[in-house]
Amino acid sequence: MIYSLLNQYPASTVRHDELLDSSGEPRAHWKELLESLDLEPEAIMRQRVNAVRRQVRENGVTYNVYADTKGVQRPWDLDVLPFILPHEEWSIIEQAVIQRARLLNDILIDVYGSQNLLKSGRLPPSLIHGHSGFLRPCHGTDLPGNIALHHYAVDIARAPTGQWWVVADRTQAPSGAGYTLENRTVISSAFPELFRDLKIQRLSGYFSAMRDSLNYWGRICAEKQSRSNPNIPPLSEGEQPLTVLLTPGPYNETYHEQSYLAGYLGFPLVQGSDMTVRNGVVMLKTLSGLKPVHAILRRLDDDFCDPLELNPDSLLGIAGLTEATRRGNVLVANSLGSNLLESGALLGFLPELCNHLLGQNLIMPSVATWWCGEPAALEYVVTNLRELVIKPAYPQLRQRPIFGEDLNAKDKDEFIKRLRSNPQNFVAQELVKISQAPVLAKDSAKSLNAYAVGLRVYACATPNGYVVMPGGLTRVASGSDSRVITIQRGGTSKDTWVRAPHAVNHTSLLRRTTSSKDLVRDNTFISSRTVENLYWFGRYNVRNNLNARLLRATILYFLEFSSEHRAIEWPTVHGLCVWYGLMPEKEEEEKGESDHSLLSIELNDQEIEDQLVQAVFAKDQPSLANNIQSFYQLSFNLRERLSDDNWRVINQMTQSFADTGENPTIADALSTLNQMRTSLVTLAGFSLDGMTRDHGWRFLSMGRRIERLQFLCVLLQRALTMPPNSNLDWLLDLTDSIVTYRARYSAQPEWLPVLDLILMDENNPNSMIFQIKGLIKYLAQISLTYNKGGDEQMLVERLYSLESLDPDATFFHGNKVLLCWLEETYQASLKISDKLSQRFFSYSGSQQESNRY
Amino acid sequence: MRYHITHETHYSYDSVATLSQQLLFMSPRNFESQICLDHQIDVTPVPNESANNLDYFGNISHYFSIFTPHQDLIVRVESTVDLFPRPSLQSLEHSTPWEIVRDRLNLHNGIYNDAVAYLYPSPKILCSDALADYARPSFSNGRGIVEAAFDLTQRIYREFEFDSEATNVSTPLSEVLEGRRGVCQDFAHLMIGCLRSMGLACRYVSGYILTIPLEGHEKLIGADASHAWVSVYCHKFGWIDFDPTNNCLVQNDHITVAWGRDFSDVSPMRGVVLGGGAQTLKVSVTVTPIWSNELSVQLSL
Repeated sequence: MIYSLLNQYPASTVRHDELLDSSGEPRAHWKELLESLDLEPEAIMRQRVNAVRRQVRENGVTYNVYADTKGVQRPWDLDVLPFILPHEEWSIIEQAVIQRARLLNDILIDVYGSQNLLKSGRLPPSLIHGHSGFLRPCHGTDLPGNIALHHYAVDIARAPTGQWWVVADRTQAPSGAGYTLENRTVISSAFPELFRDLKIQRLSGYFSAMRDSLNYWGRICAEKQSRSNPNIPPLSEGEQPLTVLLTPGPYNETYHEQSYLAGYLGFPLVQGSDMTVRNGVVMLKTLSGLKPVHAILRRLDDDFCDPLELNPDSLLGIAGLTEATRRGNVLVANSLGSNLLESGALLGFLPELCNHLLGQNLIMPSVATWWCGEPAALEYVVTNLRELVIKPAYPQLRQRPIFGEDLNAKDKDEFIKRLRSNPQNFVAQELVKISQAPVLAKDSAKSLNAYAVGLRVYACATPNGYVVMPGGLTRVASGSDSRVITIQRGGTSKDTWVRAPHAVNHTSLLRRTTSSKDLVRDNTFISSRTVENLYWFGRYNVRNNLNARLLRATILYFLEFSSEHRAIEWPTVHGLCVWYGLMPEKEEEEKGESDHSLLSIELNDQEIEDQLVQAVFAKDQPSLANNIQSFYQLSFNLRERLSDDNWRVINQMTQSFADTGENPTIADALSTLNQMRTSLVTLAGFSLDGMTRDHGWRFLSMGRRIERLQFLCVLLQRALTMPPNSNLDWLLDLTDSIVTYRARYSAQPEWLPVLDLILMDENNPNSMIFQIKGLIKYLAQISLTYNKGGDEQMLVERLYSLESLDPDATFFHGNKVLLCWLEETYQASLKISDKLSQRFFSYSGSQQESNRY
Repeated sequence: MRYHITHETHYSYDSVATLSQQLLFMSPRNFESQICLDHQIDVTPVPNESANNLDYFGNISHYFSIFTPHQDLIVRVESTVDLFPRPSLQSLEHSTPWEIVRDRLNLHNGIYNDAVAYLYPSPKILCSDALADYARPSFSNGRGIVEAAFDLTQRIYREFEFDSEATNVSTPLSEVLEGRRGVCQDFAHLMIGCLRSMGLACRYVSGYILTIPLEGHEKLIGADASHAWVSVYCHKFGWIDFDPTNNCLVQNDHITVAWGRDFSDVSPMRGVVLGGGAQTLKVSVTVTPIWSNELSVQLSL
């Protein structure tokens, strides 16, 4: 059969081709895919490509390119075609990866324990003692189940012979498993029928094994904790241990993945400052006080994990964590110090160590690697430099790989000199021509290109041995330099399909029983930081919504009336925009100095229009666009608490600003504002509709109520002091009460009914009384749990004084009593917000200092 | 020889510290040249928890944490130690040629496992050609390792100036070598860097020296605070201590607290404080000789 798809597919003579065999025929395990793609019209593939791109974008799958720069995110690059592997080949890979994981685990256990490998001379001491990743304080750590390497990833690639080789081991905090899961979600829905018909192995079983195993060992740590600490009760039969995912924070390159995984596995996503150590037990700072942590899945580098015993400059770790692990009171996966095994210098020693430790031959060889610390290896490397790539032997020597073939004669001599003066600092690896796989061409949905690929395979320790994720992250070279595959430098990725001989049922290896008494009805593990973020999420959601509404009203006002009719209400709406920082305060000054006539102090319409457009779009001054960007950052911190739907809406908002053209007009501003309002109202709807009413939700709701309360105070104070004959439509519009008002009164708005609706109507969710009553209710519920009241009283007093206002005597323009009440209420809201932070968020506030002499 | 040591550390904070976690290396360790008879650590405010540990190098660490708000942290450590005579320079004659020691250490056969732990660069001491170049004049062909190391000790003493203003805890070694000035810690790091760059094993020793000079002796430098010197692996003689700050082979006026690869392994006090703001630190050390031979005789029986 001839496939039109393959017309331009470049076969390779020097590389193994994943798709075609040596005679140019498609390999059996690709045939179904090729056939089905070849038959379908081009439009279908085009749709698929768009759907994949849209889903990646909407799910917000990103990779932060520069970990330390705010906001630099690149969308994840995913090729629509999967990478397919047949069952037979996969089982060899699987066996090899399990063997290697066991071997590396045994080496870690030895180095951080009895050190027999060093004492017997099987491991050169410089690989351990000379390695900055060998963390001496972690020697003698108590490892539950004798496992140090819980999660292992290995980068493999295929040589021209068809044989798979190991390129590198990831033993510290392997990344990419979450991206793999997301790739699968996206690609399997792009090919629903094929995915089913080809009997592709599922990934979910791997992740439940991961979760269950961490919980299993977490339970052992829990027992240890309660044995040595009389204050810590043992876990009940069905109670789950507390496992957390420790992240370096939102600016880490793979933060998106971390939050995704935390949400998927159901582990709280925490930062070091969310935890503290008491009596050798790691404690999570939660709303209800300190809760013992049993297992930590970490994505933080070894030495950053503990500023007390490891890197004192780390602000990301937990002071005292190392001691907690030495006592066996907490499981850290992977165990601290496991970075040690990522050194390429170790690769050459693995075959012998495998024989010694496991009594087996190493199944999958490493790419030929020479550690220059051995004299014979050094001479080989010097002689064959052109065919080799030279890498640092230890991570502390930060340097990029050097390709021997890139060096000219002079550079080569210099490099050899460097090599000879410190040979133990270098490893050399053979340059392997790695295999190529089909990638859909960017310009045509009906033609295939070939790019070099590598596969990252994941393994996870369980009480019954290692299990391997049936699939993995296929990484594609960016094209220009097929020698280097890194996501950091712009490579793309693929979903990996491992075919099963028959449909496989995934059942957890670990028995879990939950009895009715163990059912969890409230999220008690919510960290103080998360609660604080939820509170501000609520506030900013409402604030952005109000700002969008205000800007829209202001723009409509501006467009509707010409400058001479604008006079009466204009200063009020404009003043509100200034109060929110959206429009500049003293725009007149410069003009006033040059010309003192009254007219020139007023801005002309064009200038006002520019300011209004700026208020929506400006990047370099306060604007709605910037507020939405901050809201996005805040939401990013809460990523694992937000449902995918929530997240999609938040993404769309930021995207629509990013998509704005060079010089937006006032019409663009209006259309963006309408869009924003819809999105923000949708978000508000999600939090009412879709979120569990736990304390986190209550804080979010309090944030919403306080923000609206403050807005009403400021709005009404200004409205009541504007000129007496003003129109009140805009006031109803800003408080979203226009529909209700018209239904009730069908007349021109007047002060008494308008103020009654905005202040006193308990059925109006935008009214003052509605905000106050809600705040009282939530505060009371929270105080019930945390037994420290006080703040409600201030609000109850506000409620009484509001209810005791006589509408006939006070609800009119310019009333002093009402103005005074509004000011008092505004001040009270500021106090309540401060008190909330003191009571509940204080844990997250303090600055950490280190000392040393 | 018996000594009593008082080591007081006082941190004052500008604002209230709400949590303090500290790790001390202030407990003198026991080994063939020294025994610690009495040791006490008093912390104000009283810690909420504390624990002793042995670290990777066999040093005694003391951990404590304080949850009660405080603005002053005072750590007072008192120790009584007996020192036993160490070999004199004469008895160390005919030491192994340094090249042989170097080659043995680099054999990777597991026999010198104890020494190779101190053979490689460490956080504060990176090896370099410049350090090896500085060391080389002391390491002529076939010279005994003790003789060579003592020569290096003397050269550092002669060619570097003691200057407590020139450096701080984070001054890199290359700068010390360049500027030719520093304090005891810098000279120890420098000498270790030289030896390791020559392929020899060397450790950093933290401790104290006599505050009040013995009759007829000059007051030793570095006596008012913690002191630091080096210990060189000398093959058949084991570990031999040299003090480049005081131009001497260590005899019986150096009290050892802890040893490691460099300062970062054994800094006397390190910790993490929540809150507190700016901090000021006062340290005082007093070492007093006690002339009671009777007691030590009883103990040695």
